[in-house]
Amino acid sequence: MPEPLLSLRGVETRIGRYHILHGVAFDVAEGGLTMLLGRNGAGKTTTLRTIMGLWRAAAGEIRFAGRDITRLATPDIARLGIAYVPESMAIFADLTVQENLILAARAGPPDAKRLDWIFGRFEALKRFWALPAGNLSGGQKQMLAVARAIIEPRRLLLIDEPTKGLAPAIIANMIAAFAELKDGQSTLLVVEQNFAFAQQLGDSVAVMDDGKVAHTGTMAAFAADTALQQHLLGLGMGEHQ
Amino acid sequence: MKRDWLPWLLIPAVGLLALPLVGSLASWVTLSVAGLAMGLMIFVMASGLTLTFGLMDVLNFGHGAFIAVGAFVAASVMLALAPLMGADSLWLNLGAVVPAVLAAMLVSGALGWGFERAIVQPVYGQHLRQILVTTGGLIVAEQLLKVIWGPEQITLARPTALRGAFLLGDVAIEKYRLLAVVVGLLVFAALALTLNRTKLGLLIRAGVENGEMVEALGYRIRRLFVGVFVAGSALAGLGGAMWGLYQETVTAAIGAQVIVLVFIVVIIGGLGSIGGCFVGALLVGLTANYIGFLAPKVALGSNILLMALILLWRPQGLYAVAKR
Repeated sequence: MPEPLLSLRGVETRIGRYHILHGVAFDVAEGGLTMLLGRNGAGKTTTLRTIMGLWRAAAGEIRFAGRDITRLATPDIARLGIAYVPESMAIFADLTVQENLILAARAGPPDAKRLDWIFGRFEALKRFWALPAGNLSGGQKQMLAVARAIIEPRRLLLIDEPTKGLAPAIIANMIAAFAELKDGQSTLLVVEQNFAFAQQLGDSVAVMDDGKVAHTGTMAAFAADTALQQHLLGLGMGEHQ
Repeated sequence: MKRDWLPWLLIPAVGLLALPLVGSLASWVTLSVAGLAMGLMIFVMASGLTLTFGLMDVLNFGHGAFIAVGAFVAASVMLALAPLMGADSLWLNLGAVVPAVLAAMLVSGALGWGFERAIVQPVYGQHLRQILVTTGGLIVAEQLLKVIWGPEQITLARPTALRGAFLLGDVAIEKYRLLAVVVGLLVFAALALTLNRTKLGLLIRAGVENGEMVEALGYRIRRLFVGVFVAGSALAGLGGAMWGLYQETVTAAIGAQVIVLVFIVVIIGGLGSIGGCFVGALLVGLTANYIGFLAPKVALGSNILLMALILLWRPQGLYAVAKR
């Protein structure tokens, strides 16, 4: 069995007095899309932030491409080829769309071909290229946040709730973009509340509950097990579409 | 988004408001140039402080130490090169002033580097401790200045070519103030170009908004912050040298005296905004000079009043920086 690209073992995270993650363990296979699911407050965002080094793991081990990254600083983790799209999007509002992308392209000016591909998916970014990002709508900001993560090829993308508050048409574009990234050999770990979106894209799934991973497996198997979904996510049948 | 020019319009508005009150056009021009010169010197001193606050949320009350050290180092160099300072040639004068200013920037920058490592670094994210420890740093620095340079004030005569004034009809414009305006504008232009036209500038602007995300993009914000801190300290040294020549005396308290104006400017401008800092500095300089002429008894409080009025209008300062 090939070694996973990302592997978490016994990861514990504390924020101040609060003990948020209690021994999180799961793997992310290279070239696939793993969905990290769970109810609100299950610890999904904390898991992504801990992988990125934005919050320190108090115990456990995080390995990326065979290397222990548990104690690395955030910039060093990013430089290994991990891109992060936070739930808040964290676009730089005072910078233009262009400047946001220039900053995200560490290797030099953004590649024209890749930029064209991004514009093909997120046309609004081309239209508002010279505008301060703070002027974009919520959906456009989300596009920019994702575009910033994919402006250069990265080995692993950590994306926190990419469809939150988005219109269906933008979600469709997002699905297409993620599918293309997957085909282009990028690996994605996506936190998502929208189960229909998760089901459509995910190859595998890790479901969190109360700061622990309660279930891992293929998305196909999880999608077929409505009782397990009901148990772990509290989903009714009506929420599957 | 349309650029917000309203704060910039305040500068001519304050000037035009003062014109009928001052009465004489010649006096008004003289006061305006003096106000611009004072404002631009404060801007030079304040620009580093606003960026370090914006980048790392560091409240550095010790910034006045870099100003004072700059003034003392520049004074020492200029006194050592007294024959050049007293010569009748502008070029010979500059032969003393330029090395003095460079030495001031170098020593203040080096002091800033040490200050950041020894005093600021242990108190990141702890505002109360930052205020206490950096104020302590300022007091220690003041005492060390007295130990090194003695407790007496140093009288610093301006170089011959920069004494006196240009006379344009009834209008007298001091040569040194004109030079201060030119230097201040050059510093502003250099900062604006760096911040708006270079990747380093983009990083600084992005870091002021959301340092965590800059790190997540793979950039080391700590290193960037140290660089900005050192550059800001060097600029404070330049400002201190200019302020010393402006006052023609240098005392150990020079930093503590001017730091109040520097903080007013930083707050008026919006913490972390260079454009706001520039506008705020000019408003403070102009107001201080007009009020000093019109009502000397209230001059001391005029800048506090200006700050209060601006914060009533825009509670985050003239240009609020969008923080995460």
